[in-house]
Amino acid sequence: MKLLEYQAKEVLASLGVAIPPGEVARTADEAAAACARLGPVAVKAQVPVGGRGKAGGIKLARTPDDARAAADQIIGMDIKGFKVPLVYCEAALEIEREIYLGFTVDRDARANILMLSAKGGMDIEQVAEESPDSIARLYPNPWRGPLDFELTRLVFEAGLGELGRPLTALIKKLYRAIPDYDALTAEINPVVVTKKGEVIAGDAKLEIDDNAAWRHKDLEQRYGALIEGDPYEVEAKKRSLTYVSLDGDIGIIGNGAGLCMSTLDLVQRAGGKPANFCDIGGGAKAEVVENALAVILMNPKVRGVVINVFGGITRGDEVAKGIITARDNLSMKLPLVVRLSGTNEEEGREILKRDGIEPGVNAWAAAQKIVELTRVGIR
Amino acid sequence: MSILIDGSTRVIVQGITGREGSFHTEQMKELGTKVVGGTSPGKGGTTHAGIPVFNTMADAVKATGANASGIFVPAPFAADAIMEAAAAGITLIVCITEGIPIQEMIRVKDFLRGYPQARLLGANCPGLITPGEAKIGIIPQRITRPGSIGLVSRSGTLTYEVASALSAAGMGQSTIVGIGGDPVLGLTFRDVIEMFEKDPATTQVVLIGEIGGSDEEHAAELLARGTRLKAVAFISGRTAPEGKRMGHAGAIISGNRGTAKSKEEAFRKAGVPVAETTDDIVGLLR
Repeated sequence: MKLLEYQAKEVLASLGVAIPPGEVARTADEAAAACARLGPVAVKAQVPVGGRGKAGGIKLARTPDDARAAADQIIGMDIKGFKVPLVYCEAALEIEREIYLGFTVDRDARANILMLSAKGGMDIEQVAEESPDSIARLYPNPWRGPLDFELTRLVFEAGLGELGRPLTALIKKLYRAIPDYDALTAEINPVVVTKKGEVIAGDAKLEIDDNAAWRHKDLEQRYGALIEGDPYEVEAKKRSLTYVSLDGDIGIIGNGAGLCMSTLDLVQRAGGKPANFCDIGGGAKAEVVENALAVILMNPKVRGVVINVFGGITRGDEVAKGIITARDNLSMKLPLVVRLSGTNEEEGREILKRDGIEPGVNAWAAAQKIVELTRVGIR
Repeated sequence: MSILIDGSTRVIVQGITGREGSFHTEQMKELGTKVVGGTSPGKGGTTHAGIPVFNTMADAVKATGANASGIFVPAPFAADAIMEAAAAGITLIVCITEGIPIQEMIRVKDFLRGYPQARLLGANCPGLITPGEAKIGIIPQRITRPGSIGLVSRSGTLTYEVASALSAAGMGQSTIVGIGGDPVLGLTFRDVIEMFEKDPATTQVVLIGEIGGSDEEHAAELLARGTRLKAVAFISGRTAPEGKRMGHAGAIISGNRGTAKSKEEAFRKAGVPVAETTDDIVGLLR
């Protein structure tokens, strides 16, 4: 789960990180009222993607009228596919300097990496490319976290020695997001040093591991519903399904990410355009298949569905039963092509045949078949 | 010959009394795998499907002399199960469990540095099988046949797809290894290819990769340095939209590395042909 800026800041504040005063506003009037209370503010679009500044999603407002106008422009704006649901009005800071600070998972090293750079406020990937030496890095021990001397060394390596004490303290607080919240990314860019010498989080990014969601139900309850993404993806999430919306007209259900992706590739190779796909995962049960089909069919653009299941843990008979039940419960009339193989495949194919679905054995043939069937309707 | 597992491997199933653990223990036995015990805390001293059950891995290893384990316990307990197996002296730990929090896996990887003899496969993987001999995990033996092709894959179901096509074409496999799709995992493509390189029974190797991470690129770099193996690669997700989570926590595209294009180019540069679809793999091996 990627938190919005204000949510990430609330979480970081609970860990002791200093944040500027701010208020969430869902309407232009609320933004004006917030500005009246806070003084000059930055009106910031709340979307779970980077680059909102460049997209016009951040505006400075000196007066409540400015804030009203800014919020009016920003709320509802589309930033990289996300409709801005609300803005965060944050007291404007008097910036002396900006620093980059962030933790993320380094896949190659199979470890968390901590990065600190005096070149803050910019796109860190660009900094990494143009001047990799300006980023100091540390792989903290994952059991005990970073030690004081390691952080001192890091701070000096980044050329930020004069801010040693406040930065070391800040990094230790930010690090708590890893053990306390299963953060995969915890980033403050920029860390702002104000003219008064305060060290404060100018922005915040926090991504929590979905695999650990069961440990952080409180976060899900507080923030889960607020991120307004694709409505079908939201619905799929409620049903604990891995679902991705695309923009074609063929629905895809598969078990396992690899098989889903290769089915996606095959459908496109056959000349079709996938509308979406749903991964029913390893141990998919009948009810999961039904849930998946229901979500796939919610999208009115879907003209046909291909189901590609090769079972290891997933048993063919269960999948077949799920498909029949789902089709009947949902009164599905659209073309449905099912490719079923693996554990208990004979039983599964028997069940399908008995109920009028011809099972395929080959994924490529199934992909071509669904493309053919969905095209018939168009012409 | 084979890599990692054969008919003499002595296996403990961690979580043997659970639904999946129980079902797949039967399957493993049916193939001829020496499943010598299982664990389920609190059920020590009983038997399950004729197999002795122990409370802890330490007890199980002491009593059975096991050298491998298969983990089927639920995700909240799986990271601990891996470490328990390593501490008990197990040398091949196969973790089937899906959904282990990444931070726990990072701690596990650090813990395993203290147990250099322990090799971890997975998590979130289908396990491995040496056709006709033994398996740990959930790869259906019916779709495999003994032979000389080493198959290594990040995806579970695609592994079955390819194994099935190879077997149907009369092309048997030495060992099939599913390394799993998580971003932080045990054995990598590179590790497994190094083992195949040293296995005289393996003459060809098939790699099934997917978008995300750079393990495929690392494997391509290794193959580029020269190999006696004839290799073929396939990458799934070439038409996947960028920045979308595709189910495996690992399949997220980041930067230039990690795209299907980058991986395919790396293999081509190493002289390894890249299959357009899984159906094309058989033809490329001939």
